[in-house]
Amino acid sequence: MDVLFSYLVFPGFLFSASAGLFAGWIDRKLTARIQYRVGPPWYQNFVDILKLCYKETVVPYAGSRAAFLLSPIAGFLSMILVVSILGRAIQSPLESFAGDLIVVTYLLIIPALAVIIGASSSNNPFASIGASREMKLILGYELPFVLAMAVVVIKSHGALNLGAIINRQIAFGPHIASFSGALAFVVALLCIQAKLCLVPFDMSEAEQEIMAGALVEYSGFPLAVIKLTKALLLYALPVLLISLFWVNNLNLPSLIVKYFLILLAIILIKNTNPRLRIDQAMKFFWGPVSFLAVLSVVLALIGL
Amino acid sequence: MSIKINILTKSLWAYHAATSPCNNCDIEILDVFTPRHDVERFGIVLAGSVRHADVLVVTGVPNFKTKERLKKLYAQAARPCFVVAVGGCACGRIMFRDSYNSPCAVDEVIPVDVYIPGCPPKPEAIIAGIVKLIDKIKGKK
Repeated sequence: MDVLFSYLVFPGFLFSASAGLFAGWIDRKLTARIQYRVGPPWYQNFVDILKLCYKETVVPYAGSRAAFLLSPIAGFLSMILVVSILGRAIQSPLESFAGDLIVVTYLLIIPALAVIIGASSSNNPFASIGASREMKLILGYELPFVLAMAVVVIKSHGALNLGAIINRQIAFGPHIASFSGALAFVVALLCIQAKLCLVPFDMSEAEQEIMAGALVEYSGFPLAVIKLTKALLLYALPVLLISLFWVNNLNLPSLIVKYFLILLAIILIKNTNPRLRIDQAMKFFWGPVSFLAVLSVVLALIGL
Repeated sequence: MSIKINILTKSLWAYHAATSPCNNCDIEILDVFTPRHDVERFGIVLAGSVRHADVLVVTGVPNFKTKERLKKLYAQAARPCFVVAVGGCACGRIMFRDSYNSPCAVDEVIPVDVYIPGCPPKPEAIIAGIVKLIDKIKGKK
């Protein structure tokens, strides 16, 4: 019962999805203000999701029906698992199980894989272009992201569970205060920008060139599930960064302020950069970002 | 009035279907999304794919090729989907009525809910048309 409550209500689906949709509204509103517009009201994203639930679901005739309809749900369920593990780890750090950092890292790839599977099974040329770009992007950002995680693990003396990492930071100061930690934080911030599919790394859903890219055939309920998955990602990834790099104490106000600072950084990067081509993004992630990640691993190994 | 209709009118996603227009109406439609008129205040955004769309915004007078495309687009949209004809051409093909490459008007291909005349209509007129569409969806006269 307790497990079900934490999976479905708090800190799982209901709480995290609401927080993510609200963060999505902050994104839209700030973007609008940056462009001298007024922007939507605060309930806009909730209304969008509800409306999509009521709309008709169209399944492409030539596509694969089961894979098309089930893959968004797979990504969605794995994201709920991520937010529950994260939330439990922050709620009570001593209770988190060994190796949950690895579990979270794996589960965070599944939404992207689900988008690829769904797009490929819809049998649409735009969707397959989007899927291939998403695939290349995963190959690009996964390496520096895992290296940034490795920095955290090295600095916490080999602790692989989130609770131990949080406890160590509370005891010995946050990882972001050191050279290697700060470098790894910047690397991870750029990687979550790509994981969230936001500009400058939104080439898999580039509206202006390949319509809606990987999501082009989705409508109705599956589209609502995909939007909810994105909202959960927008909530989970900054929280993951905070718990890995930036915990002084577990006060709710300080956590919220940190979350908003990271969200602000993401939104400002989104609004001040044009979309990269996929080859530029690959060069970016495998070149400078991977170099920074390796540098921070070396720095962490020599104890800086 | 049911909650279903209420939330639908608060988040109308528009798909811009240009069936051989002269581009003036398209520019005016894009003006509606710019800072001066900003219809994202009311939840209206441009959708990239017709599967996501609630409103099909049609400009131009269909010719033999775009007539078929328009029919296909309307069939591909997820229901409920409403159609707004923007500009004199889409409303009644004005001076192209007797043209050799104009087989029919927009409302002879797909059912049109709201007509917004003008050559091109001002952004204010387009917003007024959207308000009429919302009233129509809600069942007001």
